[in-house]
Amino acid sequence: MNHKEYLPFRSEIKEVIRHTDIEYTFRMAYHGDVKPGQFFEVSIPKFGEAPISVSGTREDSVDLTIRRVGKVTGEIFERYQGDSLFLRGPYGNGFDIENFRGKELLVIAGGTGLSPVKGVVDYFSSHMEETKGMTLIAGFKTPKDILFLEDFGKWKQAMEVILTVDCADDDTACQIGLVTQYIPKLKLKNKEETTAIVVGPPAMMRFTTQGLLDIGLKEENIWISHERKMCCGIGKCGHCKIDDTYVCLDGPVFPFTKGRKLLD
Amino acid sequence: MGYILNTKEVNEVFQNWKKDSVIYAPILMKNGGAFSDTDSVHYGKIQSIDEIVFDQKSDFSFKEILLPISETLFYFTEDSVKEPESPVKQAIVFLRSCDLHAVKRLDTMYLHNGAEDPYYKRLRERVKFVLMGCKDSFESCFCVDMGTNRSDDYHASMELWEDGVRIDNKNPEWDELFAASCTKQADVTPSYVTGTETQVNIPDSLSLDVMKSSMWKHYDSRCINCGRCNFVCPTCTCFTMQDIFYTDNGKVGERRRVWASCMTDGFTDVAGGGSYRQNNGQRMRFKVLHKVYDYKKRNGIHMCVGCGRCDDVCPEYISFSHCINQLEGAMKEVTGNES
Repeated sequence: MNHKEYLPFRSEIKEVIRHTDIEYTFRMAYHGDVKPGQFFEVSIPKFGEAPISVSGTREDSVDLTIRRVGKVTGEIFERYQGDSLFLRGPYGNGFDIENFRGKELLVIAGGTGLSPVKGVVDYFSSHMEETKGMTLIAGFKTPKDILFLEDFGKWKQAMEVILTVDCADDDTACQIGLVTQYIPKLKLKNKEETTAIVVGPPAMMRFTTQGLLDIGLKEENIWISHERKMCCGIGKCGHCKIDDTYVCLDGPVFPFTKGRKLLD
Repeated sequence: MGYILNTKEVNEVFQNWKKDSVIYAPILMKNGGAFSDTDSVHYGKIQSIDEIVFDQKSDFSFKEILLPISETLFYFTEDSVKEPESPVKQAIVFLRSCDLHAVKRLDTMYLHNGAEDPYYKRLRERVKFVLMGCKDSFESCFCVDMGTNRSDDYHASMELWEDGVRIDNKNPEWDELFAASCTKQADVTPSYVTGTETQVNIPDSLSLDVMKSSMWKHYDSRCINCGRCNFVCPTCTCFTMQDIFYTDNGKVGERRRVWASCMTDGFTDVAGGGSYRQNNGQRMRFKVLHKVYDYKKRNGIHMCVGCGRCDDVCPEYISFSHCINQLEGAMKEVTGNES
């Protein structure tokens, strides 16, 4: 009998990238197809499991950007390069690059919401010829909460990047303000054709998607990714169900036309 | 093939079954009720037909035979995981028509919604069902309105009558066994009810808009989110992962899945403090719509089978059927065609 659905495999921590005091990226040994926006159930036996989205992929590894907020993630932070974690997955649909190829693309991310969409930004930053232009708006609470700071340099060379923080105490290289305030100022070539991805906390997604509709983006050209408690990842445990939708199976990435109707 | 056996003969069949099967049926738990000096009817292992409670509804369903309350998925040491062995014995489960319909709901979730669940499947494959026909309905049952009052996909049926235990057998493997112990053969049709005192009406117009109705506010204060309704429900399937470790050796332990309730705190908590449906009224709405609306949208049949156990168990006397019957008015309220 094959219990692979629940049995995790051991994966070596190849590298730990420290972004902030409570957010690290763990580069985990993994061979296989993974899409940005998919997730793994990451566990340490006796501490439990947590769903973590894929923030980057390489031939022999996946990046899992983890925020230290609970029992499982607290224990994960005690692990270093050379240690290992247990994984199962990948689960969920993830972002399909095909849906964005050849489009004018706008990505708006709030906080750790940048993790699931980072693979899309990475891909197009090195394949800008496959887009009709690309803009990234990334918002964080304060300068010390900024994730993937080293990647922003690379992204800025390829695309329009607005890096903003809600508030800052001192002079800072980034702008200050919520992501939504930059939406009306966007210089998009063709708003009716622009495709947008919005990922972040629920309130941020609500106001951002509304902002995009207000400036003339079409509802069917917006994509979002939902965060829910996904205990099993395979449509059984019921925690992530919204109406007749299982976020772990049918999402977490949804076209906004469907995602907007998902009311908890 | 139909048979009529006396209880001694049935027990001979049981003796035979017990060679490779465990027999589960509703049994009386003396003083096991919620209040002092009250009894309860639970599922348990039985040795003879005299132990089976035929004249009452069981307070809990058969569900835990297929979905244990706490099920070990694997054992772990510091660096290895090992899955538990499959059970060796088969199981024969006595249940009523509503519960047999509930098995289809469990199958839908665990065998068809996403990947097949190996732990469920290995138990499911070992189970045979014996239908206990219902001559009369019980308090709060509404199976007729849910279309679950009749079943024909049982392995056998058994009912107590004056002339003995009437059996309709559909499992060819058992025919020889029944025939050998049989006093007489007869045509047997399991009893089923054609009407219940409690009735429900699920409006065709029902939609998620009903969440905006004021009807749910009533449950904010009345429901105490204890989750008992979920645990007695034969169709509730949710669970939570749980790791435990042994006190004698903290490096060794097991990962389990344990029953979860959408009515209790913590069901939707995500990392960093986010959670959804904070008040009990909206949790009630989530549960009710799952039972009589969105499950059907996804799977083609209603999840609720109308057993009424949630009505029976609620410590606040919240009636699920009454709640369903308010949905039509609630839809009118939110769509504004009260007239």
